Amino acid sequence: MAAKSSYLTSTIGQKQIVALSGLSLSLFVLAHMLGNLLIFVSPEAYNLYGHALTSTPLIYVAELGLVTLFGLHVLIAVNLTVKNSVARPNKYAVAAEGAKATSWVQKSLFIQGLVILVFVILHLITFKFGQVYEVTYDGTTVRDLHRLVVEVFQEPGYVVWYFIAMVVLGLHLSHGVSSVLQTFGAAHPRLTPVFKKVGLAYAAIVSIGFVALPIYFYFIY
Amino acid sequence: MAGTAGKALNLKLKVWRQAGPDKEGRFVEYEARNISSDASFLEMLDVINVDLVKSGQEPIEFDHDCREGICGSCSMVINGSPHGPDRGTATCQLHMRRFRDGETIVIEPFRAKAFPIVKDLAVDRSAFDRIMQVGGFISVNTGNAPDANSLPVPKENADMAFAAATCIGCGACVAACKNASASLFVSAKLAHLALLPQGQAEREQRTLSMVAQMDEEGFGACTNTGACSAACPKEIDLENIARMNRDYFKASLRERSEKS
Repeated sequence: MAAKSSYLTSTIGQKQIVALSGLSLSLFVLAHMLGNLLIFVSPEAYNLYGHALTSTPLIYVAELGLVTLFGLHVLIAVNLTVKNSVARPNKYAVAAEGAKATSWVQKSLFIQGLVILVFVILHLITFKFGQVYEVTYDGTTVRDLHRLVVEVFQEPGYVVWYFIAMVVLGLHLSHGVSSVLQTFGAAHPRLTPVFKKVGLAYAAIVSIGFVALPIYFYFIY
Repeated sequence: MAGTAGKALNLKLKVWRQAGPDKEGRFVEYEARNISSDASFLEMLDVINVDLVKSGQEPIEFDHDCREGICGSCSMVINGSPHGPDRGTATCQLHMRRFRDGETIVIEPFRAKAFPIVKDLAVDRSAFDRIMQVGGFISVNTGNAPDANSLPVPKENADMAFAAATCIGCGACVAACKNASASLFVSAKLAHLALLPQGQAEREQRTLSMVAQMDEEGFGACTNTGACSAACPKEIDLENIARMNRDYFKASLRERSEKS
């Protein structure tokens, strides 16, 4: 028994880092989605929520944490994808059908990741670093994100792209959330099917919560 | 053929032919005529090979031995599925009645960098042997057979260890995985020792060593797709991979600095 092992470079260790960072990001998107829904309470509630988040110095810690998690998730996933692709240099001429097939959702995880990466960059440009409108509530001037959201979601191109990106995010989560437990070793004949359902429900809730905004502002507002 | 229920099938085969490890491979089409539906898939290839030899051509190279689903020799990917379309069987247990008359069957070798092609459909699976050599055994002296029940093993653990030990090391898990990962094989080999008292002494070191060797051989990572378990002729459970993942995590945390 001589082979050397290093957790951080091993496939299992790297999968676990991808899983843990992915799980943290899943919690972030859930929180983000719930925050977005405040827009249905009132423009003021939404704007003040945004102001409360960005006006504390803790936002820098949170942003640094998010960037780190996102960066780790992406970089290690890219590294693993390269390893996986090297592990099968010659592809099969035919893909399996029926019982032995792999679902297209799991085959396209990397492409889903790329779509989400592009979306996140554009999303930050549009909203975080986008047009700044201001509004004053009780003497406090805050950023009028509500107005920006309404404007952006009047553009059909942006609405379609946002919708597609959120469906892709949902697919990504539908694999990821339930997969975390298997990657960390919590498989169980009775509980694993329950985890799978929880993962699917989580993905659906996040996805639907996010697309509610563009659909509402484009078709109803 | 009188007296048998078998009917004759005519099939078109597209078989991967590759003269050697460093040679260029390609698909070659063959007509398989008058094949009994009672024949096994390997017997069908035997019939083709007899014709090839008679006409002075090289027969199709493929691995086979026991032909009863227990040795793990036969491999090949049939229409994209390792060991063919049925679950819980090896290629030798696949019968031609599973195919329709006139059907085209695409036959490829297991494809993975860690399983280099030797010739045609035969691949070199010695990467699995090297993984076993770094820890797939018990080297501590376990003494003579103990008195019955002096070493308690819960029935459930005995069953799970036995199920894991049914792995025949055929490599279909690697062939089926989109990443050519060997996780199911390695986890089965780890599990059948990790679940029994005799395997405890070396459990952590065994996990670290076998996982390190698995990575060293160039197998991919696990995406938890379950394709391996679906293709496994012994239907080894994905739960074993979870056990390996948690044992590896724990062993990595507890690992002491290099003893040199």
